[in-house]
Amino acid sequence: MAIDTETINAVEKATKDYKYGFVTDIETEFAPKGLSEDIVRYISSKNDEPEWLLEWRLQAYSKWLKMTKEDPKWANIHFPEIDFQDAYYYAAPKTDAEKPKSLDEIDPEILSTYNKLGIPIREQEMLAGIVGSGNVAVDAVFDSVSVATTFKSKLSELGIIFCPISEAVKKHPDLVKKYLGSVVPQTDNFYAALNSAVYSDGSFVYIPKGVRCPMDLSTYFRINAAETGQFERTLIIADKGSFVSYLEGCTAPMRDENQLHGAVVELIALDDAEIKYATVQNWYPGDENGKGGIYNFVTKRGACRGKNSRISWTQVETGSAITWKYPSVLLQGDNSVGEFYSVAISNNKQQADTGTKMIHIGRNTKSTIISKGISAGYGQQTYRGLVRMQAGAENATNFSQCDSLLIGNNCGGHTVPYIDSKNFSAEVAHEATTSKISDEQLFYCQQRGLNPEEAVALIVNGFCKEVLKKLPMEFAVEAQKLLEVSLEGSVG
Amino acid sequence: MTIALEIKDLHVEISDKEILKGVSLNIEHGEMAAIMGPNGAGKSTLASVLAGKEGYTITSGSIKYLGKNLLDMPIDERAAAGVFLAFQYPVEIPGVATSAFVRTALNAQRRHRGESELDGIEFLKLAREKAKELEMSEDFFQREVNVGFSGGEKKRAEIFQMSMLSPTLAILDETDSGLDIDTLKIVAAGINNLRSDKLCGIVITHYQRLLEHLKPDTIHILADGKIVKTGDKSLAILLEEKGYQGIIEAA
Ligand SMILES: Nc1ncnc2c1ncn2[C@@H]1O[C@H](COP(=O)(O)OP(=O)(O)OP(=O)(O)O)[C@@H](O)[C@H]1O
Ligand SMILES: [Mg+2]
Repeated sequence: MAIDTETINAVEKATKDYKYGFVTDIETEFAPKGLSEDIVRYISSKNDEPEWLLEWRLQAYSKWLKMTKEDPKWANIHFPEIDFQDAYYYAAPKTDAEKPKSLDEIDPEILSTYNKLGIPIREQEMLAGIVGSGNVAVDAVFDSVSVATTFKSKLSELGIIFCPISEAVKKHPDLVKKYLGSVVPQTDNFYAALNSAVYSDGSFVYIPKGVRCPMDLSTYFRINAAETGQFERTLIIADKGSFVSYLEGCTAPMRDENQLHGAVVELIALDDAEIKYATVQNWYPGDENGKGGIYNFVTKRGACRGKNSRISWTQVETGSAITWKYPSVLLQGDNSVGEFYSVAISNNKQQADTGTKMIHIGRNTKSTIISKGISAGYGQQTYRGLVRMQAGAENATNFSQCDSLLIGNNCGGHTVPYIDSKNFSAEVAHEATTSKISDEQLFYCQQRGLNPEEAVALIVNGFCKEVLKKLPMEFAVEAQKLLEVSLEGSVG
Repeated sequence: MTIALEIKDLHVEISDKEILKGVSLNIEHGEMAAIMGPNGAGKSTLASVLAGKEGYTITSGSIKYLGKNLLDMPIDERAAAGVFLAFQYPVEIPGVATSAFVRTALNAQRRHRGESELDGIEFLKLAREKAKELEMSEDFFQREVNVGFSGGEKKRAEIFQMSMLSPTLAILDETDSGLDIDTLKIVAAGINNLRSDKLCGIVITHYQRLLEHLKPDTIHILADGKIVKTGDKSLAILLEEKGYQGIIEAA
């Protein structure tokens, strides 16, 4: 759909300096295939980690071994058994010699996707890993190794720490030790255990007491080396009375082998602090027959640990062959607020099982869930949400709205809300709708001059508006384009 | 005057039932034609087929507009070529602001014609001008397309869209139904504002009142899938007196 030109201009202006800022040389180096205690030690030594962290990883690894049979089977997704011994768990960036020399060497299909998304040439080169192109002013995770960050000095004046978690381990070990695994325990689930054992790197953020982070912090994830599992680890701590908005965005090039992605994100908000976490996820979903594509098994959880704290998750999920993801909030502090705003698209053979958990523990805690699921082609999508009111959650309230939009007759949208209330004063309200894009709507839009794809994109954008408006502007623009590209071929 | 729209012996079926049974109609540049006829005669069907809606089988006949074979063109291409249909039942698009909708449409058409797109400021200027002509409050720019609009508001919004898109073939399907007397006047004035030697209009209506304002050049009576009578505005007056039955029997 058409996006306001002034919006784009404003975004370009706002992000120009932000997106390009440092140069990095990338080389690739693989650990041998498969998973063993040696691989865990290898990753740990590559990152030059202290003993306590190695111990922590090994502990997770031994727990994971015992969990192997507990692979989540309840989700409404179907995929062949993953052979965990047939993947690489560590890949450092490629050498110049291995990298493509120009965009001419890149798969035209990938380039056409970049163009449709309106990604500038410079950034396309960077995404495609062209020699000497790596310029991005965010904490970029190139495969597994985090590369430098630019705004560090500006942020450090305010006492804000924003760096690769591998660096935080060395420079701020007390913070990492105190909070790592404190929201998502090692044994939380199969993939969280795996991540704890083999995570390669990720981002670390600490906002000191009373500080409002003056800019959106972003991480640009991508998956680059073939057959490399990605295990990012993100840890964000907002100290008392602080505020931070964090953006995570992904694009991935085309590939044939299914790739496993098992990130863990932990957020901690102390008294009166607020964390906003937004994701635009656009990993390769596989071709129209479902071949290839990313398996995205992610554990994201925030803890509103302090009173009056707030955590919001906003996500736009258009990519991946399989998505299994439930960003959740533990509402521990009295009067704390948890929010979940989600748009998820399943087109072609994509499968998504996503939702949230709001666990109300403190008094007067409040949560809002707005989920917009869009299914097209043969896509299957399930919203799975849990709202739990613990015995101590006096006067807690939840409002959930789950809407499904179906495009065509071969897709499916499913809503599975679990409600578990142990407190009589708590209120839980759940609304759900399922609708289809009608032929009348498509005709009306086309009669006004939109082509069928623009018509679908416009209607879908309208359907998702409540969520899209929660995104920071630069992300909202990107998300709108993504919706259009993701739904290509869904009509006509 | 030369012929802009030429409909020749058009036969149309919906699920194996013949609805239009040989409609022939010529409209000249600058001509405003009215089509009247009993409920279920096929008026909206004709309008939909002109705009390109799917689900109809054209069993024979042709439609030529400005020398082009309209039946070969996709819906959006017809729109870009100047075809506009004001819907009898305008459709709701939840979550999409009216101004964003019209701007997306206008720019899509302009792109299609190889013209430059309007930026936000140019668009807003034009939209304000048109809203003022139709005595509409600008509040409605931000309202979701047709959602929660009253019947009259929907019809007025259709004419707003039409004046923004400045078509050359405007088909108005019962735009007057549901309008109060004052709104009818405003809407009619809006339509008259668009009249030029470039515009051909097809006005579908059941009532003479709109025609008093629009003063159509020709009036056609469509009954049971065929044009049974063609005349000037006196036909509408005759119709008010005798009803369709009287006229069809006389024909
Ligand atoms: N989708 C459809 N399926 C089956 N029959 C249809 C369909 N659409 C229209 N018809 C039938 O075609 C005939 C003509 O309908 P149409 O809407 O064109 O009439 P009209 O002249 O516009 O009537 P009105 O004055 O009531 O608006 C009617 O008998 C109607 O029931
Ligand atoms: Mg009708």
